[in-house]
Amino acid sequence: MNDKRLPTERLAVVSYVIVGVIALLLLGFWRLQINDSDRYAQMAERNRVRSIPIIAPRGSMLDREGRVLVDNYPSFSVLLLRDAPDQVEKLLPQIADGLGMTLEEVKQQIDAMRSMPKFQPVVIKPEASPSDIAFIESHRSDIPILEMLMVHRRRYPHGDMLANAIGYVGEVSAEQVEASDSSLKPGDIVGKAGLERQYNSTLKGTDGLRRVIVNSVGKEVGRLEQQDALPGKPIQLTIDYDLQAIAEADFANKEGALVAMDARTGEVLAMVSRPTFDPKDFAIRISPAEWAHLNTDPETPLLNRAIQAQLAPGSVFKIVMATAMLESKAIPADYTVTCAGHANFYGRTFHCDHAHGEVDLHKGIVASCDIFFYNVGKLLGIDRISEYATGLGLGRRTGIDLQGEEPGLVPSEAWVQRVYHHKWYPGSTISVAIGQGAVMVTPIQLARMVAAVANGGTLIPPHLLKSDTGLKSDSFPISDDTVRQVTDGMWGVVNEPDGTTSGLIKLQNVDFSGKTGTAQVESFDLQNKLGKKLKENGWFVGLAPRRDPEIVVAALVQAGGWGSTSAAPIVRDVVKAYYDKKNGIKIQEFTTAKEGHAKMVPTSVAAPALAETQPSR
Amino acid sequence: MEKGTSIRDYDWWLLATAFAICGVGVLEIWSATHASHLAGMHTHQLEWIGLGFVLMLILSRIDYHTIMDQAPILYLIAIVALIAVLFIGNSRFGAKRWLPILGGLLQVSELVKLIIIIVLARFFSEVRTEELGLADLIKAAALVGFPVVLIMKQPDLGTALVLLPLVAVGAYLAGLQWKHALPILALAAVMVPVGYHFLKPYQRERVTTFLRPEDDPKGAGYQILQSKIAVGSGGFWGKGLGNGSQNQLGFVPVRYSDFILAALAEELGFAGVFVALVLYMFLLLRLVQNAQRAHDRAGMFLIMGVTAVLAFHVLVNVAMVIGFMPVTGIPLPLMSYGGSATLFVFLALGLVMNVRLRRFVN
Repeated sequence: MNDKRLPTERLAVVSYVIVGVIALLLLGFWRLQINDSDRYAQMAERNRVRSIPIIAPRGSMLDREGRVLVDNYPSFSVLLLRDAPDQVEKLLPQIADGLGMTLEEVKQQIDAMRSMPKFQPVVIKPEASPSDIAFIESHRSDIPILEMLMVHRRRYPHGDMLANAIGYVGEVSAEQVEASDSSLKPGDIVGKAGLERQYNSTLKGTDGLRRVIVNSVGKEVGRLEQQDALPGKPIQLTIDYDLQAIAEADFANKEGALVAMDARTGEVLAMVSRPTFDPKDFAIRISPAEWAHLNTDPETPLLNRAIQAQLAPGSVFKIVMATAMLESKAIPADYTVTCAGHANFYGRTFHCDHAHGEVDLHKGIVASCDIFFYNVGKLLGIDRISEYATGLGLGRRTGIDLQGEEPGLVPSEAWVQRVYHHKWYPGSTISVAIGQGAVMVTPIQLARMVAAVANGGTLIPPHLLKSDTGLKSDSFPISDDTVRQVTDGMWGVVNEPDGTTSGLIKLQNVDFSGKTGTAQVESFDLQNKLGKKLKENGWFVGLAPRRDPEIVVAALVQAGGWGSTSAAPIVRDVVKAYYDKKNGIKIQEFTTAKEGHAKMVPTSVAAPALAETQPSR
Repeated sequence: MEKGTSIRDYDWWLLATAFAICGVGVLEIWSATHASHLAGMHTHQLEWIGLGFVLMLILSRIDYHTIMDQAPILYLIAIVALIAVLFIGNSRFGAKRWLPILGGLLQVSELVKLIIIIVLARFFSEVRTEELGLADLIKAAALVGFPVVLIMKQPDLGTALVLLPLVAVGAYLAGLQWKHALPILALAAVMVPVGYHFLKPYQRERVTTFLRPEDDPKGAGYQILQSKIAVGSGGFWGKGLGNGSQNQLGFVPVRYSDFILAALAEELGFAGVFVALVLYMFLLLRLVQNAQRAHDRAGMFLIMGVTAVLAFHVLVNVAMVIGFMPVTGIPLPLMSYGGSATLFVFLALGLVMNVRLRRFVN
């Protein structure tokens, strides 16, 4: 074969292959650079820019006079930057060591943020100690993936005061994030209960972003413009710090609840629930053990008893009975009963604390005679009682601006038919007539009910936000004559010699009235759970002045025994403090909740004296 | 000057294209490194280009027939160098590829590529049959197979692979018959899974990463992903020289060398890539044209050997940058930073000029 003969055809084929391959490669570039350009541009931007959140401070909570109830303190969280995963993997043991955590703990923290995009930084230690900060600062160069994040944590200058109403904050749950339309992201702090939750959108600010340019090993090489954080707005509450402090002090070592309201507007002046929790435990990140303890504690410290305890009202219910008796006109106003200390209804014997002799409505209220109200109940029947109890706001939510308010229960024939599928036993009416049996109320319902009876039937709207004026009141009109008779009875409870409070809680120059209640605790389940026999729950609902009242206070002391000795003095203290403030008498500075209430009582308290006006019978 | 050769006989179009590619490369090397501790790399590259040009001129003066006469000795030198590098070679990036020569480090496999081009050209030019016989095919394969095994030992899979198309193109032009080609292709297809077992773990990882990049987007697939991000984010016009964030902030791996086209694609966009690839296409077609005009089969085989190696480099490197092929560590000829690689291309072009200068010689 000739040495000069070249394979021309095959050389031509090689040329075509070259052109074809180059065209194919250009097509590949076209696909990336033209078709998918936007997607890759986004990914490049994500590589280049590291966003570090600037946490917006949460709004504070102030009392009605602008005194701080909750605010914030600055703190640092340790942030792990995850732009370079191989670096994270490599440095994690060293980081765990430096922060005094185990490797597992660090991994758990990262795991908890699974739902976040992979490139987002995660908080691996919420509260950095000075030594953590020193560790991060001294390892800036060899551990560039740690950053300090300035955060604001909740500060509770008054400890557990008002804790149940305030509620607490915590890390947002996965469900909340999903439901939030991307306004929340994992790791955000939100209100989880109480006012923190109710007014979360006002309190929570908008986080900002610090955007920096980083290179491929995560080193900061430049800055982009910063998006400032918008702080949350403060909210002003209707709570009066002075009254709250006095009520809290009175409840030291007690179990129960108190609600004090402006009886004209529904502004809640004080709200206590005991036992309670320390909201500080939630401010950083509550430990699973602590959380489990709070939830399983049989004394239910997370329950806001002022709106969530559903209990028998005992004799406070006699205010409803008296109103029903007078308003329905089913029984003459001058109806009397002879109390021998016991009586027989439907074949069963019912008792009274003493033999009161001849009892009319006034004496029935003042001395809290059960026999009188058994008879009234029998004559009225359950449905008429139910009508007035419901009309006066019992057995239904008051609509206060707090989550989780319980409705309580007012029994009726229809209710027993619906739930138990049998007819109402008339004998049950006798128990209901003195606030026992199936009837259950919350402290806030009782406060509102008593205020409504005293003001002619206006059911005020309880609320905690000061700016919530113009809320609509419910109306259940009551005649002036009824108002006069019932409130005079309540005046007698406090001020007359044979009143159930034995004149012990009288206030000078204050038209202070009220009604005691001592309710048997019927839940044997609860008694067994606690392993102790429960004493009766003591109730007192007080108001002043007796007609068109300015203030109404309901107090419940669980297992406190007689309402007259357990709950009544607390209500007296709060009402007295209200009037002392109003009259410009200085209330002693609240020190700590641990000190007894004796210290809290202003020096102006005089020995109980007879009031200047006698009630008309 | 030899009889019948003049300065006008150099292929100036080819040279102009080569220098245009070098220019783009130097520009992008500068852009990729000027703001880092690697600043000044582009001047080194200019030095290599200058040195390469001089070596090219020198090599073009020695008649290629004289060079091809020395093929057996050159082959021996190549084998000795490959064995030497395994024992006394300098390790970098986990592979022994460099021999200290003349005060610098020479990447031995670049030299071997050049020698194998010459050896194979001589082998095929001496096949005097119209069609390539099976015996000759096996001889050619053995001739290349031995150095391939040694290069794989370094290990340098990329360079070892470059030698395969050299045999393929040579055999094709020497009259490869379909009855031989098809069984070989079939055998190769069977051998792929077997060969996979002989790969080093990092090589296997590259292959699996290539096949399923989503399995490990931040580990082994990181390089390909970052390269694609750089290319894709460049868009049509690019972000401008020195403005590519993927490039400037170091997200593109070895952005001045193997992935230089990714850096270019980011900063100069599809427009820049188009110009670069058309330059390569022109360069390769011009090489084929020179082969067609060669004085004899020996010259044709020499030029086509150079063409096959360069074309394979371009294909594998560019395909890697856009994620079409796994990461193999093959640089882009004349554009990637690197002394040995640049010198190799200029020496290879020297062989081409050599043949061209003697196309009218009888």
